[in-house]
Amino acid sequence: MSLDKDQVQHIATLARLRLAEDETAETVEKLSRIVDFVAQLSQAATDDVVPMAHPFNETQRLRADEVTETDDRDHFQENAPAVSDGLYLVPKVIE
Amino acid sequence: MSQDLHLQTLTQLAAGLENGTFSSVDITKALLDRIDLHNGRLNAFITVTAEQALADAQRADDARASGNAGVLNGLPIVHKDIFCTRDVLTTCGSRMLENFVSPYDATVVKRMAEAGAVMLGKSNMDEFAMGSSNETSYFGPVMNPWNLECSPGGSSGGSAAAVAARLAPAATGTDTGGSIRQPAALTGTVGLKPTYGRVSRYGMIAFASSLDQAGVITRSTADAAMLLGVMAGFDERDSTSINQPVPDYVAGLDKSLKGLRVGIVRQHFDEGLDDNCGVAVKDALALLEAQGAILTEVDLPNLELSVPTYYVVAPAECSSNLSRFDGVRFGHRADDAEDLFDLYCRSRGEGFGAEVKRRIMTGTYVLSAGYYDAYYLKAQQVRQLIADDFRKAFAGVDVIAGPTTPTPAFKLGDKTDDPITMYLNDIYTIGANLAGLPGISVPCGMVDDMPVGLHLVGAHFGEETLLNCAHQYEQRTDWNEACPEDFR
Repeated sequence: MSLDKDQVQHIATLARLRLAEDETAETVEKLSRIVDFVAQLSQAATDDVVPMAHPFNETQRLRADEVTETDDRDHFQENAPAVSDGLYLVPKVIE
Repeated sequence: MSQDLHLQTLTQLAAGLENGTFSSVDITKALLDRIDLHNGRLNAFITVTAEQALADAQRADDARASGNAGVLNGLPIVHKDIFCTRDVLTTCGSRMLENFVSPYDATVVKRMAEAGAVMLGKSNMDEFAMGSSNETSYFGPVMNPWNLECSPGGSSGGSAAAVAARLAPAATGTDTGGSIRQPAALTGTVGLKPTYGRVSRYGMIAFASSLDQAGVITRSTADAAMLLGVMAGFDERDSTSINQPVPDYVAGLDKSLKGLRVGIVRQHFDEGLDDNCGVAVKDALALLEAQGAILTEVDLPNLELSVPTYYVVAPAECSSNLSRFDGVRFGHRADDAEDLFDLYCRSRGEGFGAEVKRRIMTGTYVLSAGYYDAYYLKAQQVRQLIADDFRKAFAGVDVIAGPTTPTPAFKLGDKTDDPITMYLNDIYTIGANLAGLPGISVPCGMVDDMPVGLHLVGAHFGEETLLNCAHQYEQRTDWNEACPEDFR
């Protein structure tokens, strides 16, 4: 196995994912298989090859920094789990 | 008359509406009845928007009566549940968005609605489009209309099953690694993935932004051409949308294939391809040749690395895109969180299914300090090599043809134990996504009573050539008219 339980727990923490106790063993096994599988990329000769981030090797276009949308906050917040006076509620961060 | 409306293609329905043979309300009622009758066996829909559909159909009929009919006026469409639809549930196949009612329309949805299309509902899909069998959906798997024990493929499995079972003539889909073309092949339908940037991604819930592209699943190439004409075009709201004129795709369908240069990738017919599928695809190639196409072999030496390349690039982008689901602004939120960290971790842990978590974690790993160069950077370099192979190949050919999938539809549950076996199902389709090329799958035969697809890939913005080739092939076969027995 290329990954162990501690490594997988560390990745899960970085990704902000809580894994249930009964998920962990399976995740270690399947993630290891995926990592082993993609490791075959190391065989490819890629010296001096420019990495490709966009199918047309284009940079993203920019636009002027102007307000183009109207305020639709109430409509958007209908999907929020907890709001009050137009603000999103989260557990207390600062005591 | 009304009994066979469900068997008609979009093009045929458009003609009937134009002639006044039937109304959009007639079509909509007939299809809603069929959905009601058959969806229980297929699970192709997550939401059916019956009331809204009937109202929209009436509006379309009124518009036609007053001489204001758009290109798609009164024609039914199903949207994959990855497209945001204003005031309608948009789940992306996930528990995370189980209760998400979109506050806006995706550009694709908006353009079709403005052209007069009538949405029947939202189709089932693999969770966040991550899957090739529709089994990762929080709302349960979709069954293949050709054999209910088989998968319809994925991730646009609900769209493909709905079209194959004649519950709708057309449905939208999205394709990141084959998610339109693979389910189309496995259900005997036509699946079109346009060039990257051809169709706006605005309002299409993001999976891997440098690969995702919207397209359609239909029962004929002409129908796909008609829909692409409406969907395609520049959109200010999508930062990677390409500003290129949209040709009249339907007008280009009737050209002869004489002199068309068709490239064949030899490796695609090596081991891994089911023998009978290989025979069906070779028969299709022979038919293209008989129509005047010139077959030549092309070499794509780096293509064998396309699947591992994809499974670095796509998870990396997904881990970044899905970080927006935090349990704060929308989506699932865990109860009684101790603190903010606990809220994030538990909301995401509960809201995402196993495959989505694996992809997020794979992406997190390949982007993390110490591994970035070995995995992510390396994959981006190999992606460039693969794209280069295609660039060189398209200097000498107009389309590349081969199988869409290695086998016909597999049984539900058959590939769920090993993620790699599932990933390899997209071996012939992923290359087009990595290089940003358009691709189409059209039905080209039956193996053990299950459909097989012919895969055509075109050069950038080569949709006209692609559609022309597929349409001309279709004129000389009737595979796309085959209908599963239980759904006639």
